[in-house]
Parts: sequence; C-alpha cells; structure tokens
Amino acid sequence: MIEMIKVSKWFASFQALKEVDLAVGRGEKVVVCGPSGSGKSTLIRLVNRLEAHQEGRVIVDGVELTDDPRAIDTVRREVGMVFQSFNLFPHLTVLENLTLAPVWVKRVPRKEAEETAMHFLARVRIPEQAAKYPSQLSGGQQQRVAIARALCMRPKLMLFDEPTSALDPEMIKEVLDVMVELAREGMTMMVVTHEMGFAKTVADRVVFMDGGRVVEAAPPAEFFGAPKTDRAKLFLSQVLGH
Amino acid sequence: MRWLRENFFGGWASGVFTLLLILILWKALPPFIDWAFLDAVWRPDPKACRAGEGACWGFIAEKHRFILFGTYPYELHWRPAIATVLLIGLWIFSAFRVFWKWWLSIVWLVGLTLIGILMWGGIFGMRYVENERWGGMILTLLLTTFGLAFAFPLSILLALGRRSDMPVIRALCVGYIELIRGVPLISLLFMASVMLPLFLPSGVTIDKLLRAQIAMILFAAAYLAEVVRGGLQAIPKGQYDAAHALALPYWRRTYLIILPQALRISVPPLVNTFIGFFKDTSLVLIIGLFDLLSTIKISLQDRTWTGFGVEAYLFASLVYFAFCFAMSRYSRSFERQ
Repeated sequence: MIEMIKVSKWFASFQALKEVDLAVGRGEKVVVCGPSGSGKSTLIRLVNRLEAHQEGRVIVDGVELTDDPRAIDTVRREVGMVFQSFNLFPHLTVLENLTLAPVWVKRVPRKEAEETAMHFLARVRIPEQAAKYPSQLSGGQQQRVAIARALCMRPKLMLFDEPTSALDPEMIKEVLDVMVELAREGMTMMVVTHEMGFAKTVADRVVFMDGGRVVEAAPPAEFFGAPKTDRAKLFLSQVLGH
Repeated sequence: MRWLRENFFGGWASGVFTLLLILILWKALPPFIDWAFLDAVWRPDPKACRAGEGACWGFIAEKHRFILFGTYPYELHWRPAIATVLLIGLWIFSAFRVFWKWWLSIVWLVGLTLIGILMWGGIFGMRYVENERWGGMILTLLLTTFGLAFAFPLSILLALGRRSDMPVIRALCVGYIELIRGVPLISLLFMASVMLPLFLPSGVTIDKLLRAQIAMILFAAAYLAEVVRGGLQAIPKGQYDAAHALALPYWRRTYLIILPQALRISVPPLVNTFIGFFKDTSLVLIIGLFDLLSTIKISLQDRTWTGFGVEAYLFASLVYFAFCFAMSRYSRSFERQ
C-alpha cells in the first residue's frame, strides 16, 4: 500500500529524513513512534504529499508521488488524514465539514453525501452534533468528527498524525476507541502516536524513529519485550516509565 | 445615581475628566446652539444672512438642488433624485442577511439598469443627458458603488496572486500593488484624465467619468488587496493541510475554505478602507467632475453667496458622516454575528 525507498528530505540545510525505507501492506496497521524531532510527522506527511521528498521514491497504492499534480490528486483521494490539531473548518457545521469534499471533489450528490456523513457520525458516536459548529464541540468530539470527515471520502488508507496529543486526558480514550474499531474493520493505518497501549493492542508493526532514520521496526511484542537498540530502550523507559 | 457614579465618577481621574468635559460643553454648546439654531437664518435671503449673527442655512436651502444634482438639467432633477433613492435602497436592501441569495445579483442588475436609464435617458421619451453633466450625490454614490464592485474582486485576485507559488504571477501582483500604493490618488486621476487620452489611438475616446472610475478602481484594488492579504495570512496552516488532504483543488479550496474565513477576519479593516474610498471619491473634483463636494465648492463661488463656507462644509460633513457612520455601525453588527 505504501512503499518508501531510500527517502530523504531536507528543510533548507536540515535533513529531516535520512534514506528511510518503509513498506506498509494492505490492511496493515503501523505505529510510528520516536522522540520529538525524529522525523515521524514529516514521514507521515510525505504519504499524501503535504511535504515533498527530495530523494528516493514514495509509492502509494501503485502511484508514485512526483511533482505531477495528477498523481498527487489520485493519491490524496485515496488517503484520509487526521491531524493533531483536528483542522476542522470552523466556518462550516459538522455536517458541512463531512460533505464538503465528497460533494466538491468526488461529485457525490448532496443527499447521498449527507447520508454517508450521518452514517459515519453514528460510527464515531456523535450523530446528534451534526448541526453544530466545531467550536461548540469538545476536543475529543472534534477529533472524532475529523476522523469521520476523512472516512466520508471512503479512503483505502488512513494516516493519523498524533491524533490524541492535543486532547485532555479524559478525552483520549473516546478517540482511541474509534481508532481501534476502525483497525478491527481492516482499514490500513499509519499512526504517529505516543499511546503505547494503542500500539500494543492494534499495531502489526511498531516503527521506531530517531534522528531522521528508522532505527527499529518490529511487531509490538518484540519491540516492547526486547528492544534491540539502546535508543529504543531509553525512549521506552521514558514513555512507559511514568 | 449608581449608574452615574460608576460610569462617570469611577475614580478621581475619571471624575476630573467628567468635570472637565462638562465645563467644555457648558462653554461651547450654548454659543453653538445659538449660532446653528436660535440665531440662524433659514430663509434663502443673502441680505438677512449678512445682517444676522447666526448660521445661514438659507444658503443650503437656496443651493440644495445644485449641491445634490450638479449640472444635471434643472427641470429633470427628478431623475437623479429617484436614482439616488434607488441606489441607497439597494444598499440598505443588501444589508439584510436574509436577502443574501443568488437572486440578489439579479436585483442589483435590474436596479443598476433602471438607474442607468434614469440618468442617461434617451428612451421612453426621456431626454438624453450625457454623463458629463451628472453630478452631486448620485455621482459620489455611483463612483463608490462601481468602484467597490470592481475593486473588491480584483483585490481578492491580487491578494491571492501575491501568495501564489508561481513566481511570475507573484511578481506581477507585488509590482502592481507597490506601484499603485506608492502613487497618490490625485496623480492617478490626473494621469487618467490627461495622459491616458494621449496613448489612445485617435478617434477612440473614453469619457472623463469612465476614466476617473477606472483610476479609482485600480487605486482601491491595491489597498484592498493588502487588507485581504492580511486576512489570508491569519488562516492557520492546518486549514490548508486539511484542504490538501481532502484533495480539494486550488480554486475550490480557496473559495470554500480559505476566503470565507479570511474575509470574515478582514471585515473591520475592509470597512475602514471602504469608508476611506467613499470619501476619496471627492478627489474627482480636481479633474472637473462635480461630485457632492465639488458642487458645494462651486455653489460658494456664487457672488451673492460668498462667505458661507462654514455652513456649506458643515452640511457636506453631515452628509458624508451619515453614510460613513451607517457603514461603521453595520460592520459592528456584522462582527458580532
């Protein structure tokens, strides 16, 4: 589903990613973790070209991402993304947030788009909030709307960029529950997160990054049970230690 | 009493200030009322005016037709009068949000066509009046209406262009904005009235009003563009990320996500610029168009009525103030929603 081959990325003179190789298969759930500044957000943002890589190849569902706008468009239609800061459209209601892209990108008739939207709102358990504006919702509710918004485009792959980092502790679970459910249904997922509990229950593979490199990639049992590198051990002791 | 104390004598500084203000008003207000109302001469009689102590409102009474309608043929003044009411009516009508439907543009189209028919005439047995003779209130309102109607969309394009990824477009927009902003409106108007005809092939003429209008549109667009750009810059990057991630192409992203938010943020500075533009229309007097302020100036040149400038300009100020204050109040109510 995702294939990255020797991908490097620079911000001006700072190299954010160093020859990263990573493959995510169909239906696979990959959790990316690592200390801040390790390049995990940059890595996930390459997948739908919110950032452009300079070296190597990124292939998503058989389409190689280059400067070609058609390739980028094709990939973005297939890939849903959820952000740390939700990024809902504040001037639109919840329902309008959900129907906007299907109506304007996929040309789905409005009525059908609204039915789909209500279906996914029910799935994230907030159908009663459809007429409200994002600012009237709690953080957890907003993030669930954001997940529903991505799902309304019927993506083949979902990207989560630290989806619970901006949430109050009591709201983290409601978002993770939705994500776990989504994983159970077989969605291909790439998740950047510090929620190690989520990684243990859901992930097929945990990718540990540090300094722009993939340092370790292993199934959760192996990664958490017997990390190979000192850096991973240090990171785990810091994340799990408290 | 409690309200009075809290609002006017909340502390010693506030108390002193209140007393000072009362003193100033007590000294200044009675003489002003005497001048403006009690001793004022209301009859259009220059002799009585010169003899009297107070304001000479008779001047306004005598000259109001010329002030409001300029050199438009006297017996046809009903036509610009209706046009003025119609145009103000269109603005008021458009101020109500419930009417913000697609058909509002049809209402405007019909309204402006009617105004055009009334002002030019030439059909339905109405005498033709060339636009060189239009003047006064309607000219000010028309210059503002058409100025903003064209400058605002142009300014949005310029602001978007200034943030474009394409270097050529960006350079063109930056160049335009900086060039126009660096030049006083007066010189633009002069250029439009004096220099533009020199560049046109012989035989082709654009009339004076249109030239002034174009100059004003170009000028206003540059200023408004910077206001809109300010709004665009206030949009968080996450909004762009989300729009990109949903595969929204450029124009849809701009129209559906970015502009609605950017323009909402820009309402106060936009209205500020609109008000400035409304008053700037008075500069057309230097190229010989008779807007509201020019007609007042010309009225003052009448031998029998010289020396009543204070009354005349006070009247002009009141008219301008009424329009600007209405715009400002409307923008306040708009921001609260």
